[in-house]
Amino acid sequence: MNDTIVAISTALGVGAISIVRLSGTEAIEVVNNCFKGKDLTKVKSHTINYGHIVDQDEIIDEVLVSIMKAPRTYTAEDVVEINCHGGIISTKRILETILTHGARLAEPGEFTKRAFLNGRIDLVKSEAVMDIIDSKSEEANKLALSQLSGSTSNMIKKFREKLKQLLASIEVNIDYPEYYDIEVVTKEQISKAISEMKKELEKVIKESKNSTLIKEGIKTVIVGRPNVGKSSILNKLLEQEKAIVTDIAGTTRDIVEGEIYLDGILLNIIDTAGIRSTDDIVEKIGVEKSLSMIDDADLVIVVLNNNEKLTKEDEEIIDKTKDKQRIIVINKNDLEKKLDISKSNLKNIVETNANRVEGIKALKEKIIELFQLETIKSKDYTYLTNARQISLAKQAYQSLIEAELGINNDLPIDMVEIDLKNTFEYLGEIIGETYSEEILDHLFANFCVGK
Amino acid sequence: MKYEIIVVGGGHAGCEAALASARLGHKTLLVTSNIKNIADMPCNPSIGGPAKGIVVREIDALGGEMGRNADKGALQTKMLNTKKGPAVQALRFQADKITYPKEMLKTLEATNNLEIKEAMVEKLAVNNKKVTGVELEDGEKIESDAVILTTGTYLKAVVLAGSSRKSSGPHGEKESKFLSDNLKKLGFTIKRLKTGTPQRIDKNTIDYSKTQEEKGDDIPRTFSFDNIVYKEPKDQISCHLIYTTPKTHEIIKEHLNESSMYGGYVEGVGPRYCPSIEDKVVRFSDKERHQLFLEPESLYYDDIYIQGFSTSMPNEIQDLMVHSLPGLEKAKILKYGYAIEYDAIDSKQLKRSLETKIIENLYTAGQINGTSGYEEAAGQGLIAGINAALKLEGKDPLILKRNESYIGVLIDDLVTKGVKDPYRLLTSRAEYRLLLRNDNADLRLRDYGYQVGLIPEEKYQAFKKKKENIKELTTLLQNTRITPKKETNEYIEKIPSTPLKDGISLYDFLKRPEITIENIKHFVNINYKEELEQVEINAKYEGYIKKAKKEADKMLALEEKKIPEDIDYEKVPNLASEARQKLAEIKPTTIGQASRISGVNPADISILMVYLRRNG
Repeated sequence: MNDTIVAISTALGVGAISIVRLSGTEAIEVVNNCFKGKDLTKVKSHTINYGHIVDQDEIIDEVLVSIMKAPRTYTAEDVVEINCHGGIISTKRILETILTHGARLAEPGEFTKRAFLNGRIDLVKSEAVMDIIDSKSEEANKLALSQLSGSTSNMIKKFREKLKQLLASIEVNIDYPEYYDIEVVTKEQISKAISEMKKELEKVIKESKNSTLIKEGIKTVIVGRPNVGKSSILNKLLEQEKAIVTDIAGTTRDIVEGEIYLDGILLNIIDTAGIRSTDDIVEKIGVEKSLSMIDDADLVIVVLNNNEKLTKEDEEIIDKTKDKQRIIVINKNDLEKKLDISKSNLKNIVETNANRVEGIKALKEKIIELFQLETIKSKDYTYLTNARQISLAKQAYQSLIEAELGINNDLPIDMVEIDLKNTFEYLGEIIGETYSEEILDHLFANFCVGK
Repeated sequence: MKYEIIVVGGGHAGCEAALASARLGHKTLLVTSNIKNIADMPCNPSIGGPAKGIVVREIDALGGEMGRNADKGALQTKMLNTKKGPAVQALRFQADKITYPKEMLKTLEATNNLEIKEAMVEKLAVNNKKVTGVELEDGEKIESDAVILTTGTYLKAVVLAGSSRKSSGPHGEKESKFLSDNLKKLGFTIKRLKTGTPQRIDKNTIDYSKTQEEKGDDIPRTFSFDNIVYKEPKDQISCHLIYTTPKTHEIIKEHLNESSMYGGYVEGVGPRYCPSIEDKVVRFSDKERHQLFLEPESLYYDDIYIQGFSTSMPNEIQDLMVHSLPGLEKAKILKYGYAIEYDAIDSKQLKRSLETKIIENLYTAGQINGTSGYEEAAGQGLIAGINAALKLEGKDPLILKRNESYIGVLIDDLVTKGVKDPYRLLTSRAEYRLLLRNDNADLRLRDYGYQVGLIPEEKYQAFKKKKENIKELTTLLQNTRITPKKETNEYIEKIPSTPLKDGISLYDFLKRPEITIENIKHFVNINYKEELEQVEINAKYEGYIKKAKKEADKMLALEEKKIPEDIDYEKVPNLASEARQKLAEIKPTTIGQASRISGVNPADISILMVYLRRNG
């Protein structure tokens, strides 16, 4: 059982540092695949290494990675511990990234179980471990299942049914090659099925991410030049005077946070210091902070002043936020229009002014629209609820991509099928069904073959 | 008279078992009810096919006989699935039903330490849960240290056609009346299984103009790694394809209740993958026609086997059915189709060595274990023969793993999952089939064959040379680079393939799907033959092969965790009761095997591992 397991081993959300821990034969390799820094497969045992955890090219966090090679470790297997900055979102993202690189989420008590199985803990200690394993491992499956909404498991079942038919058709062609009456599955048919499933699965993964947003809140950052009205918009949203609003540019130097429930969905709203070039040191820090907040945000609200011409700084802000979920708010629409953004080709524009309610309402509606919050709330919304499920769905998706690649490269059907079968199995794991003779049963029931 | 090993039954399992045991130097007796039926092919005249063909290659790699013998008896040879990928390609031979048994008998008779006796075994001699020999119908007792039962479909066999039920083996041979009762008394669970066979018709009465010819391959093929071609492609004979007609279906539907199966005369469970024509017409009523192959049985007589037309209808209805087929309107039926029922034991009562758990030194192989097919039988027979011999020598048994061979998959399935209907190997039963290919059976298994003692030194040296050549050729291709020179790219564009932009090793160039080893020969002189295929497959599918190996390694890690034979599952706390019962019944020898038992879930495996560690 020395496949590689991972878990967050510090309490979530508390403390300045979190630790993500891995154990297993591929622990070092898995982390190395999403680590920017030294080649971890080449460093000495029991060393601490500085670097960044990255998801493709995007840096997730600055970390210290401890490499401990078997057997002198807690589990007597290779162990890696990633010390990262505390906070739910970034720690979870590190965990998710690790999961997609081939580790699996540890069961409750599994590190200790391994330590015990590998002879690192004595009998007395093991009694306690037994209790944990006995009670929790049996529940684990049930628990995972109960967390899935009926519609989600129905959808996964639908995918598997589709894949089962496809796989059985491929298998029957392989095991009964000379049955000319049985339709031979063409690459086009497989391609079509794959791209349909990919689309739906992608949607589920995306919506699942949104569902994490429901629980943890949508991190919303309001940015703009000084004195364009960021704070007054925030206040309208919060409906309380939290940020200090004055007419003097540069009042908000700290980053102000507030929470609002928008139709039951939590928004964590952060107001930022106005972004402009400045020599004031306090303000400078605020500006830098504002820029870094943009990277972290789920949603950016860019505020522009209707009463002024588009400045270079505005353009910079627009450029810096172009890859984010973004709403452009044109504030002060009660004043003379001097702003011209027709050349910038912007979407999701809302016009408002601090004195009227309609604009704020439109802004709220825009947020709801962007995050499909209405769908999230309605009952038939399908999403996966935990990191394990999301990571399995991502692996299923990845296998579909590989199957598609195989088809496009004209690889034989037998190779393509390997990836399709993997997809089938990953999906099965989400709903707790493991591969048995399902495909064979389907084959015998639906194709007429024999001597 | 005392023997070391007695093999009961002279079919495909029995022949391999007896040959392996005798070749390993053990005094062996093969008991058969009729010497003329040694290595008989009572059903289809072909050997191999998807998965099965690979089993034949594995038998040959281990030092068994089926591959060589099939080469001698070949009437037509064909590689199947050539376009579907290297892992699923398999050989299928039409084999002469006269030549095949004749050649096998010759080999048996020429083997030292092996005697053949014509007799019917009535019971086993057992002392203190250990087999000590057999007792014949006439009361004669023969002693031995080990016994291998390969009784095929003969245990309490009943032949059915329509409402007629006749106690008899295939071809009207005498059935074994008492042995299965004896096995039941010894504690074996007896199952009732069923299979069937179609009609044979006179080839001179077929109008071939209404059929479609099916030829073999143009290139010579062999099962054996000896690579001796006995029948050149130009001398091979053809099969013919026809389809059932609406009239055929009408006849079947009208007389359905007269068949043994639908009339309720059958007790045994039939194979799902080999439905009778009645089953096909009923279960797939939307299909307008079913395909049938007319397959010649031998060069020495006129019988043509109608593949796909297996039935248990009364003879007079079979006449109507056959005459409704195109080209067969005037066909003369030489033998009618029938269903046959027989006793088998529960394969879950076997160890992975094929020794029974109940009686020591007793082994079983072939249809008695609930399988179907000549190849499945031969594979088990070989393993039972080898393991009986190893046991007598005080050595560990040869247990093939699921990532090493189809034979390993077959035996593991039998002893871990058991069977409900006769078991046939299919490629989809193998999780790591990319590793279990037709081309690499020797690379997977020849070492075992040599270690056991069935592969002679000279053949083993040739095999080692082949392995070295593969390594050499791989290095050569990895070290030879081609660069985007004008003439090089002109050649590459002609293939056609994308011209080079940078230099590339020939090995990486070979990874392109459209590039074959023939294209590589343009750049470098290569003299190897057999090795080419290996290197090409390794290069082209490297990523997939690596993935499969990684998966297999996970399984192997679990296989290394042994479970002691004397474990008492009642004492393991917190196991689910279904898991407890299944584990006690199947007695898995490793955690890996335990994890494959249906009804034993991961939580149970965790609990079991913790228990073993605590008490180990």
